[in-house]
Amino acid sequence: MVSAGLSVRDAVVRYGPVAALDGVSIDVAPGEVVAVLGASGSGKSSLLRAIAGLESLVAGSVSWHGEDLAAVPVHKRGFVVMFQDGQLFPHLSVAGNVGYALAGKPRRLRERRVAELLELVGLEGYGPRPVTALSGGQAQRVALARSLAANPRLLLLDEPLSALDRGLREHLVGVLDHTLRAAGVPALYVTHDQDEAFAIADRVAVLAEGRLLQVDRPAALWRHPASQEVAGFLGYGPFLAPESAAALGWTGASGVVAVGPDGLVVDAAGTDVPVLQGQARRGGSEFTVRLPDGSRATVRTPDSTAHGRPPASLPVRLEPGGCVLLAGPGQLCS
Amino acid sequence: MNGTVAGPRTRYRGVGGNPWAWAAAAALPVAFLAAFFVWPVTALVARGFVVDGKWSLAGVQEVLAAPRTWRILAQTLTQAVLGTLGSVVLGVPGAYVLYRCRFPGRRLARAVVSVPFVLPTVVVGVAFAALFAPTGLFGSLGLQESLAGIVAALVFFNYSVVVRTVGALWSRLDPRAEDAARTLGAGRARVLATVTLPALAPAIASAAALVFLFCASAFGVVLVLGGESYGTIETEIWYQTTQLLDLSAAAALSILQLLVVGASLMIAGATRARQERALRLSGNRVDAPLRASDLPAVLVTAAVVLGLLVLPMVSLVWRSFVTADGIGAANYAALSGAAGAFTVSVWQALANSLVIGLAATGLAVGLGLLVSYVLSRRPASAPGRRVMRTVDAVFMLPLGVSAVTVGFGFLITLNRPPLDLRSSWVLIPIAQAMVALPLVVRTLLPTLRAIDPRLHEAAATLGAGPGRVVATIDTPFALRGLGLAVGFAFATSLGEFGATSFLSRPDRPTLPVVIFQLIGRPGAENFGMAMAASVVLAVLTALVMGLAEWIGPKEVHPW
Repeated sequence: MVSAGLSVRDAVVRYGPVAALDGVSIDVAPGEVVAVLGASGSGKSSLLRAIAGLESLVAGSVSWHGEDLAAVPVHKRGFVVMFQDGQLFPHLSVAGNVGYALAGKPRRLRERRVAELLELVGLEGYGPRPVTALSGGQAQRVALARSLAANPRLLLLDEPLSALDRGLREHLVGVLDHTLRAAGVPALYVTHDQDEAFAIADRVAVLAEGRLLQVDRPAALWRHPASQEVAGFLGYGPFLAPESAAALGWTGASGVVAVGPDGLVVDAAGTDVPVLQGQARRGGSEFTVRLPDGSRATVRTPDSTAHGRPPASLPVRLEPGGCVLLAGPGQLCS
Repeated sequence: MNGTVAGPRTRYRGVGGNPWAWAAAAALPVAFLAAFFVWPVTALVARGFVVDGKWSLAGVQEVLAAPRTWRILAQTLTQAVLGTLGSVVLGVPGAYVLYRCRFPGRRLARAVVSVPFVLPTVVVGVAFAALFAPTGLFGSLGLQESLAGIVAALVFFNYSVVVRTVGALWSRLDPRAEDAARTLGAGRARVLATVTLPALAPAIASAAALVFLFCASAFGVVLVLGGESYGTIETEIWYQTTQLLDLSAAAALSILQLLVVGASLMIAGATRARQERALRLSGNRVDAPLRASDLPAVLVTAAVVLGLLVLPMVSLVWRSFVTADGIGAANYAALSGAAGAFTVSVWQALANSLVIGLAATGLAVGLGLLVSYVLSRRPASAPGRRVMRTVDAVFMLPLGVSAVTVGFGFLITLNRPPLDLRSSWVLIPIAQAMVALPLVVRTLLPTLRAIDPRLHEAAATLGAGPGRVVATIDTPFALRGLGLAVGFAFATSLGEFGATSFLSRPDRPTLPVVIFQLIGRPGAENFGMAMAASVVLAVLTALVMGLAEWIGPKEVHPW
């Protein structure tokens, strides 16, 4: 079967003896945005570079609409990479950067397209400015406009927002999401930030140590992590054996219970557990407690009692809505 | 930063284009280097091992057994060590004052400091000779034909190498490390000794190695100032060849010279690699207004700039106006007449120099651009990177191999088929281009290497082919260094004396050759003309460099 869009099959990338990418298969359908989520060193940038043709595959294939791209050089692939730090051409103006891929087009057309794209990313009138005078957020928006000007078949975004501070990042995720949908460009979005991936992607792929652990829609991924490793990476933890879960009020669990950020709650009817540490949070407190099986967990309360001395113990129970049951024979480790 | 096992900086594939295209681009400079550098120098060295048509070590042994050889070698090393020490000891405070402090007139001071390095060696020799002559300003010090006089001239030349190389790093050294040491209770002296100088060490070592190289291969300045008593291996090669016509002795001396410069070149290369790493770590440019505690450094620098740099130049200009009938422009008027033993006037020699200089600059910059483009690529394969490092080292060779050796090599190899160019004037620009090529490459390469490889990748993913990447990304960067490269090439060629002194023909002499002739001839008139001609050449060279720096990159350039 010939699949539409991007298709990566069993891709292997090696740096010397180390496999940065170890047999990864992933598809991006037309119009789809796929996020690749992974920690540092997971191989996510290698995957992106291999797709762009910037890295050679030792084994496997990258194809588009069923056509193998092994022999197609970077500049003929029509896959544009948007880099973490923009990589704007410092000797060109904003308009020069955005119009880089439009060389050879009539001047009027080029100017109109550049103006359109700058408007799309919210930078109308910035054309004549030198790129060295831009802020980090503006530079990334120019990089986005420059990428879209190339009319890419596929946009590859390499942690495009991770160099920015948090407030700007949250704002620009919205800009990126809106712009990608408006342009209808399929995209592969590499990031280590779970919130970014969930906010922007139709599907999220979790990558660790060069292997793809799971690909799914964000909600499904959150509700049904395929393994403890995926769950841990998404922010679940600790992981409790059925008997330990039972001690906290969840009886009859058929497998390992992964406790989510809101999976443990304070309840007067719950089990008393010792408090190890208390910390004030915005609008409440967060306590680190030791569960009966010895693992550590955090529990949040809306009051800010942590400001004084934290209590010696707290009554807690599991909240099933905030936990997931890991399918299969979950292997327990703390 | 993403954490791929080997970052994108070290690996690089796909956007470099066809390796064969790069090989073709490298072929022209490599062929040029082989024909006009490797072949003449090798032939020259081989000649040292041939006695009466047979391979023999006798010639070399004879030279090595001569006490004169060891005296010359000792003098070469002594002068180089003292010249290097003087340049470093005076240059480090200079680097601090000129690149780390802010004061009115800093631009002018930096400009003044950078002039001597590009001044023709013969002019510098003449300027110091005028200063030390019995009738000169320092005539009473008895420095004529003295070691101190030669060392002073060597420091004059190389002071700016230390100031600019160390200053370039110092101006980008993050002051917060020093601040941290201060808040930890270290006094200024301790901060200097434990934080600042160790951070600068690679730059200082690199500058010192380079200065040693320049001093050890000094020719024109020593030839003029040393007279009978002092020399270098370079001047001795010249003496053996042109005065005694003993080619095998000269060839043996060339081997000795190759060993000396080879050693210092290796040290320079090692320290340069360390310095390029160090520079990458540093932050933005920093400077602060002068403080009272800067006074010692300021005094030393002021004394060096005024006493050692400005004074000889002013004295040269002054002497050029001194005539038998008092102060006047008679020396300049005499430049229109036949100069010394030559049938041409100084102005005609100047015209020759300019034509030859243009040709040499065109050659050096054209080849230098090709070499720099090729060397700025980062091949993905380990053998590719090894080839690259070798090519890099090979193109630095002419910097180390003395100009005299090149000129002498030309003389003995390019006089028969397939390349019989002996009677052709093109030999001179070719030899000068060989001498200027390393300077051009060293000027262009850092700007090209500073380009983030991901800029190339970004351009490629935007649809630019390898040709368009070179045209739209590399070339604008190269252009920023091009002005300076052209300036270096032209100034080097205008003042080149080592190789040119072998190749220049009596009917088409260059200006430095004429000046050397004039200074060696008796008579106040010839001396006056030499002064005036030196001023003309110095002003022209300084103008060329000033223009180049003005259109060149605004960043500090090591040398």
